[in-house]
Amino acid sequence: MFSLLLVITMASSLNIILGYTGYVSFGHIIFYGFGGYVGFYLISQQGWSLWLATLAGGITASLLALMLGSAILRLKGAYFALSTIGANVAMMAFINNITFFGGPTGLSLNYSIYQDYGGPAQAKWLIFYTLFGLALVTVITSFMVKFSKFGLGLMVIREDEEAAKVLGVRTPLLKTQAYSLSAFFPGMAGVLFFFKNGSVEPNDAFPLHQSIEMIVMVMLGGQGTVLGPVIGAGAYEQLRSYLLTSDLFKDLQLAIAGLLLLLIVLFAPTGVIGWLRSRSNELRRILE
Amino acid sequence: MSQKEAILQGRKITKHFGGLAANTDVTFNLYKGEILGLIGPNGAGKTTLFNQVNGVFSPSEGEIIFREVEITKWPPYKISSLGMARTHQIVRPLKELTVLDNVIAGACFGHQNHPLGKAKEIAEEVLDFVKLVERRNMLAGSLNVAQKKRLEMARALAANPVLLLLDEVLAGLNPAEIDGMIEVVQRIRNERGISIFMIEHVMRALMTVSDRIIMLDYGRLIAEGTPEEIVNNPQVIEAYLGDPKLAEKLMQGGA
Repeated sequence: MFSLLLVITMASSLNIILGYTGYVSFGHIIFYGFGGYVGFYLISQQGWSLWLATLAGGITASLLALMLGSAILRLKGAYFALSTIGANVAMMAFINNITFFGGPTGLSLNYSIYQDYGGPAQAKWLIFYTLFGLALVTVITSFMVKFSKFGLGLMVIREDEEAAKVLGVRTPLLKTQAYSLSAFFPGMAGVLFFFKNGSVEPNDAFPLHQSIEMIVMVMLGGQGTVLGPVIGAGAYEQLRSYLLTSDLFKDLQLAIAGLLLLLIVLFAPTGVIGWLRSRSNELRRILE
Repeated sequence: MSQKEAILQGRKITKHFGGLAANTDVTFNLYKGEILGLIGPNGAGKTTLFNQVNGVFSPSEGEIIFREVEITKWPPYKISSLGMARTHQIVRPLKELTVLDNVIAGACFGHQNHPLGKAKEIAEEVLDFVKLVERRNMLAGSLNVAQKKRLEMARALAANPVLLLLDEVLAGLNPAEIDGMIEVVQRIRNERGISIFMIEHVMRALMTVSDRIIMLDYGRLIAEGTPEEIVNNPQVIEAYLGDPKLAEKLMQGGA
C-alpha cells in the first residue's frame, strides 16, 4: 500500500509536466531523491520535525526544478528527455561525493527518533496517513491545474509551442512553473519514504528504472488526464507485484515494463482513459 | 485626422538567413483603422516580414514600432500582450483541444489577459461571429480546412487585438468560402475597429478589401499605393501580375 500511494503521487506529479505540458521528464526521480535527501538530512542531522522536513524537501525539490528547468526546458523532445536523465545521474554522483550527506554510504536515523512519533509502529501508520493525504492532494492539484487558466496554457504549449507564444502564452515562465510544481510532491514523498526506511543512500534515492516505470504508468492510464496516472499507477503496481512474486518473471520485471511502454506507444498512445474518451462524446465529458 | 496615425511602422527592416537576404530595407506605415494588403511572388519575404513584426524572429537590422513602442527584439508573447494577433499561413489548430478551448486560449492569454470565465463568454461570442459556434465542442483537429481557417481567425480575434496580421486566410478556400471570409474581414475592421495587415494572393479579394497595398519582390518593397495604383504599376505587372490586361479585368470586377 505504501508503494501504491507513492506511485500515485509520483505519476500524477509527472503527468503535470509530461501529460499537460508535453515535456517528457525521463529522470523525474531526481526530485524524489534530492528532496528526500534534504529532508532526511534535516531530520537526522539537524533535528527537524518530520513535518517541517517534509515541507522543506518539497520546496528544495521545486527550487531544483526551477533552476534546472530554466536551463533545460529550452530543449525539445528527446534532447530534453536525455538531459533529465543526465541531471539525475549527475545528481547521484554529486551526492555520492558530499560528506555531510554521508557520501556513498548515505545517512541513517537513530531509531530512537521514532519514539517522538509514538513508537515505530505508530510512526509507520502516521507516515501511511500522511502519504495518503499527499497522494490525495497531488491528484486534487492535478485536477485543479487541468481546469485552470494555467493548465490551459500548459496544454496550448503541448499542442504547439510556437503558436502558444504568438497567442501570448509566456511559455518559458509557464513551463518552469509546471516543472517546479511537478517536482514538489515527489520531493515530499521522498522525505516520507526515507524516514520510513530509516536510512538513505545514493543508489536507492535515484533509481532511474523507477523513473521509467513512472512514465509507463502515466502512459498506460492516459497522459494529460487526471484519472489516467492514478489508474495506470494502480494497474502497473498490481502487475509488478505479480511479476515480482512469480518464479518465472521475477527477473524480467523491467524488461516487461519496457515492452509495455513500447506497446502503449505503438498501439494506444493515449492510454486507457484516452482510449475510452475517444470512444464517445459522453465519455469525453465524464472522464477527465 | 486620426486616420493618419501610424499604428505600425517598419523602418529599414532587413533580415538575413546566412547569405540570403529575405528582407532588405523594408519601410512602411500602417495607419489606424486601415486594411493594408501585402503582395508579392512566392519567396518574396512576405511571411518573413510578418514573423519579424510579431516577434517570431528579430530583424538583422532596422526597427519595428507598434503603438509608439519599439518592439524590435521583443518575444511574441510580449508583442501579443501589447495588442497584436495573427493567423498562420499553414493553420496551427491546437488539435487535441476543443474548438472552444482554442478560442478561450486566445482570449485569456492575448492582449487582455482575461480570467477563464470571462474568456469563455468572449470565445462564444467570437465563435458566433465567425460562424463556428455550433462546432464548439468538437476537437480542433477534426475541422476541415475552411473551418480551421475560421478557427485561426477566431482565436486571433478573441484577444481583441489592436492590429491583426492575416497570412493568406483565403488560400485553399473555394469561391463561396472566399466571399464568406472577405465579409468577415470587412466586419472585423468596420464593426470592431481593428486594423488589419494581410498577405494575400487572391487579387480580386485583396482589391475589394484593402485600403492600400504594398508589394515585396526579392525582399525589397517595390510598390505602394491604392489598389488601383498597384494594378496599374508597371513594376507590379512585370514582377507579379504578369498580364498587362489584368488591371482592367480586375477593375471591372472580373478575373
